[in-house]
Amino acid sequence: MTVESTAGRKPRRTTAKRAGAKKPPAAAAASAAAGQPELVQLLTPEGKRVEHPEYSIDLGPEELRGLYRDMVLTRRFDAEATALQRQGELGLWASLLGQEAAQIGSGRALRDDDYVFPTYREHGVAWCRGVDPTNLLGMFRGVNNGGWDPTSNNFHLYTIVIGSQALHATGYAMGVAKDGADSAVIAYFGDGASSQGDVAEAFTFSAVYNAPVVFFCQNNQWAISEPTERQTRVPLYQRAQGYGFPGVRVDGNDVLACLAVTRSALERARRGEGPTLVEAFTYRMGAHTTSDDPTKYRRDEEREAWEAKDPILRLRAYLEAEGIADAAFLAALDQESEELGRHVREAIRLMPDPDTTAIFENIYADGHALVDEERAQFAAYQASFAEEGN
Amino acid sequence: MAAEKIMKLPIAKAINESLRRAMEDDPKVLVMGEDVGKLGGVFRVTDGLQKDFGEDRVIDTPLAESGIVGTAIGMALRGYRPVVEIQFDGFVFPAYDQIVTQLAKMHARALGKIKLPVVIRIPYGGGIGAVEHHSESPEALFAHVAGLKCVSPSNSSDAYWMMQQAIRSDDPVIFFEPKRRYWDKGEVDTAAVPGPLHEAVTAREGTDLTLVAYGPMVKVCLEAAAAAAEEGKSLEVLDLRSMSPIDFDAIQRSVEKTRRLVVVHEAPVFLGTGSEIAARITERCFYHLEAPVLRVGGYHAPYPPARLEEEYLPGLDRVLDSVDRALAY
Repeated sequence: MTVESTAGRKPRRTTAKRAGAKKPPAAAAASAAAGQPELVQLLTPEGKRVEHPEYSIDLGPEELRGLYRDMVLTRRFDAEATALQRQGELGLWASLLGQEAAQIGSGRALRDDDYVFPTYREHGVAWCRGVDPTNLLGMFRGVNNGGWDPTSNNFHLYTIVIGSQALHATGYAMGVAKDGADSAVIAYFGDGASSQGDVAEAFTFSAVYNAPVVFFCQNNQWAISEPTERQTRVPLYQRAQGYGFPGVRVDGNDVLACLAVTRSALERARRGEGPTLVEAFTYRMGAHTTSDDPTKYRRDEEREAWEAKDPILRLRAYLEAEGIADAAFLAALDQESEELGRHVREAIRLMPDPDTTAIFENIYADGHALVDEERAQFAAYQASFAEEGN
Repeated sequence: MAAEKIMKLPIAKAINESLRRAMEDDPKVLVMGEDVGKLGGVFRVTDGLQKDFGEDRVIDTPLAESGIVGTAIGMALRGYRPVVEIQFDGFVFPAYDQIVTQLAKMHARALGKIKLPVVIRIPYGGGIGAVEHHSESPEALFAHVAGLKCVSPSNSSDAYWMMQQAIRSDDPVIFFEPKRRYWDKGEVDTAAVPGPLHEAVTAREGTDLTLVAYGPMVKVCLEAAAAAAEEGKSLEVLDLRSMSPIDFDAIQRSVEKTRRLVVVHEAPVFLGTGSEIAARITERCFYHLEAPVLRVGGYHAPYPPARLEEEYLPGLDRVLDSVDRALAY
């Protein structure tokens, strides 16, 4: 069994810091020096382009501006949703703050015919798929439990039961392979989900059937209050080794690296070479959800350290240094952001509550006698108030 | 293609023929599960299918039930119609999460935009002298969940036709196979026009009391009715066939005639299918009933070791005992 890690290099153990690591390759020096395994990086936190021996990317100015725009608008949408929760318009919101690069980079690596199985935090990926952002709010407002047609954008419903979707993605990918199609499937999940049996089973099934699926794990360091060390003793990407497919850790705050690594993994799937595990090493800058209080379990200094690696700021630094983003572009984007915020605010306030009969709708495709009976009972009960009112 | 003719088949073979026909009729139908391919399943229900339809359509899976159902969901989303086998009743629970939180709810969560035509076959029930976890009747745990349908055939013809209908259903169907009846033979007319999947069928007509049963207990109830007839009691036996939805109209019609009802299943009585039937029929037939609705079934105990299962399972005498109690009112 060969470990196809980032660049054919030997993965480093988490204990390397204490044991005293050997001098790492130059490209990974920064991260390895901090006692972490090497990770693929193409854009440093300071916004400096660096090369990687295995992963490269060559984007034109338009594409680079496009990635920047995607991340800025996604963050704006996310901030608006958080604000709407505070204003009582949403019952809950799961913020993606800090994970924009992981989501936009991987999302923009996809083709239209690829299929996405998200968690409940993939607002940036949904953006890349062309899902109307206001559609994402329905379940958080409590007007539906999903609410979009997964087939119209090849973007499955948000999945709340942690890790379940990894198996759906694997099965879908097995179907793709049966069809002889060259599409690929991507399953999103987090560091917490890596402990779930369903994720382990998805690894097994995808490996033995050589399914064209990419497992994109956003390791944002926290599963609500539990750090990654509570989920694993080895870097998560190394889990792939035991299943017989490659794993790679990418700088999850580097949109270029996320794009390059995901694209490579998707191409590998298309070529019929089976699954890949991508661990996007990132950070959940906000709370788990609006109901969470991270001050109970983590230090401000940690967040501050990650703020220095912000995915948007580093791309902006690069774009400005290269003269790719000028003041006019940035001003126009600011305006577009504000318009998006306004659009979302207006849309949420116009979003109607569902009709009460929705309780009984779409439970079965072919109908069910008990549902029919209870729907009729409910209608009669409701109607009885109208009669009393008369 | 199975020749369209009348065949005398054991239940297991009837299901096999039905799967074969479904796979011939629709290239999207897949069979998957542990040992279903080369071996043909531990009960040989899928015997020969992999040989004829290939490893791509009759799929031996890793030994992971959640993985089996979870990937079947994914394949259904891709347009396939997977028929998955859970090897034994007691092994379905690793998949329970996928079935309850994902499979049952996905159609509704997508506001009806996607369909989940997945059939989950579960050989269930006791009476074969098996070790622990091989003799259980978990149907109420699934019938309780909106979004699922649950059926169980009691004979070869129903096994054949109900499987055809379950596979054609656009809803998830849990197909409970009465494993101790797998070898019971019956006629299957492959050119017949079957009745609706979720309708109960009168297996024996009678006037004094209605016995409702499904799956393996239908045979016991028919034997009880024959024994009671010798004592001059006329029992009607209703083969429920579907535990979700339940054909309450058929039970009501029968009870309005006989005025007495006993529900029989292997599953524990407590909060079982019979409890729901008792409650609803009491509500529907309150003024027709001459006796409370009685239930015969398993006890609120783990399924016992095989040497005790004959005492645990409802047999002829326990059914007749309840019949006598109901008739005594």
